[in-house]
Amino acid sequence: MPHMTHLVLPQLFADAVAVEDPASRFIRLLTVFLLAMWVGFEVITKVPQRLHTPLTSGSNAISGITVVGALVVAGALSTGVSTLLGFLAVVLAMINVVGGFVVTHRMLEMFNPKKK
Amino acid sequence: MSSQAWINLAYLTASMLFIVAFKLMTGPRTAVKGNYLGAAGMAIAILAACFEKPIVQSVAANGAWPLVMLGVACLIGGVIGAMMAIRYPMTGMPQMVALLNGFGGAASVLVAGAELASTCNLAFCNDPGKAAMATTSLAPWTQFAIATALTGLIGAVTFWGSLVAFAKLEELPRFKKAWTDPNRHWINAGLAIATLLLIWGVCANPSWTLLYWLLVIVGSALGCTLTLPIGGADMPVVICLLNSYSGLAAAAAGFVIDNSVLVIAGSLVGASGLILTAIMCKAMNRSLVGVLFGGLGTTAVVSGDDIYAGKIKSVSAEEIAMVLEGAERVVIVPGYGLAVAQAQHAVRELANALEKRGCTVEYAIHPVAGRMPGHMNVLLAEADIPYEKLREMDDINPTFPETDVAIVIGANDVVNPAARTDPKSPIAGMPILDVDKAKTVVVVKRSLSPGFAGIPNPLFAADNTLMYFADGKKAILDLTNALQ
Repeated sequence: MPHMTHLVLPQLFADAVAVEDPASRFIRLLTVFLLAMWVGFEVITKVPQRLHTPLTSGSNAISGITVVGALVVAGALSTGVSTLLGFLAVVLAMINVVGGFVVTHRMLEMFNPKKK
Repeated sequence: MSSQAWINLAYLTASMLFIVAFKLMTGPRTAVKGNYLGAAGMAIAILAACFEKPIVQSVAANGAWPLVMLGVACLIGGVIGAMMAIRYPMTGMPQMVALLNGFGGAASVLVAGAELASTCNLAFCNDPGKAAMATTSLAPWTQFAIATALTGLIGAVTFWGSLVAFAKLEELPRFKKAWTDPNRHWINAGLAIATLLLIWGVCANPSWTLLYWLLVIVGSALGCTLTLPIGGADMPVVICLLNSYSGLAAAAAGFVIDNSVLVIAGSLVGASGLILTAIMCKAMNRSLVGVLFGGLGTTAVVSGDDIYAGKIKSVSAEEIAMVLEGAERVVIVPGYGLAVAQAQHAVRELANALEKRGCTVEYAIHPVAGRMPGHMNVLLAEADIPYEKLREMDDINPTFPETDVAIVIGANDVVNPAARTDPKSPIAGMPILDVDKAKTVVVVKRSLSPGFAGIPNPLFAADNTLMYFADGKKAILDLTNALQ
């Protein structure tokens, strides 16, 4: 059945690519995690005291990145529970993101005497 | 290029923007730009997420309404966030940041919970490919299971820890006193054991979602019991640490949904939070473990009466004004009391009055003055005090001997010379501002009550110290009037 082979083989191949072995997937993300931690430590070694608060609130806004995960689980409409939880997660994460960036901006503006 | 590749490219762009944003945020001139880049990265990541396969498939099956729903959710969250950020007074910044931080942690908990629910559901679905993938994910001790458990735990600790921190910073009456139940270590130990058992349970049996939510509940309790005992002056450390946790929770959520932008952004935040935590601990000469579990050792308490008896010189605004009239160099040392009294504008006027007389005025900022990292800087900036005049501790300490008058407003432990002289003091070794070396020290304080450390301050009894007992704001206003 040439027709069947034509259909099934790419399908199998696609699955093989999609289902990465869990251990190597873990190692891949762990690599990203450790390298990003390292970059974080290197980038933020010396912060002037004046910027401690804006850095705290700015990084706080970036930790709202979890909104990406929230959007995907909520939008998938997979089950009622996951959609509801995802919806709430989007709301909470967006509060964090928008609130964080706006508050940081407000603070930094205060430090900037020219704008006043 | 497949659509997934484009999405990943967008995530990569967002991640790079976050790194650049962090870099720029450490420089005073570039910080505003850094904040914009961070927001741009976030916008790119959010847009890219809307093209993820699960969303595209659900749009194909249900029409546009999943997107409408997501838009509504974003709008609700965005409006609430913006309102909070714009409306909240600048003096309430510490609690505002704590609250926002908590929401991020809670969102991570919900993402992992939702993902767990949907994966469990997929394992029974009709599509064999999806079912197989879901079942693989749900196998015991997979990345998915471990990451889900950790997200639930860290996120719950972040959320409840942040709420308690908020309540403390907002000075809600019930939270004013630190929780010092002697049994708390046992309670914490019990909760820790329950946590470990539940993590093991979730990892060994991920499809049993009840265990996950139990873990979240225990994590919530742990978040409260770990934050409740921490006193006001240690708040900067806690805020930094919770900030770090919220990043780590996001990173763990990235492991759950296999998304590298979450992992990268989360670990950047985790790293920056840890660095700030270390800076704060160093500024107090305390170990992180000491802050989290110790409380301050109050065993060697010396009674204030012995130190203060007969040596306190209480003076009036006019007398201080006379001292200030002859001063050429004045250093103002603000503390948390300044924030409580909302005296920042009054301080600015006093400084103006002094400067008009040709006197140099500078501000000495201790790294842990206030309730969050850099709290005093924000507060004084609000009163339009130019930041060149705000000097860091190491920078200004050598100049105190040449200072005519040091005015301490609402600060106590950070100017306590016992840290330098008395090795038995609970704050021994903590770096302090050497105000006692100034020719005259004026301390504006409501009473002789001790600061957070609960110890008397020999500075108040020193020969060159004048005490001015009054509310911070009123005191400074009276002082300014007396000077003019």
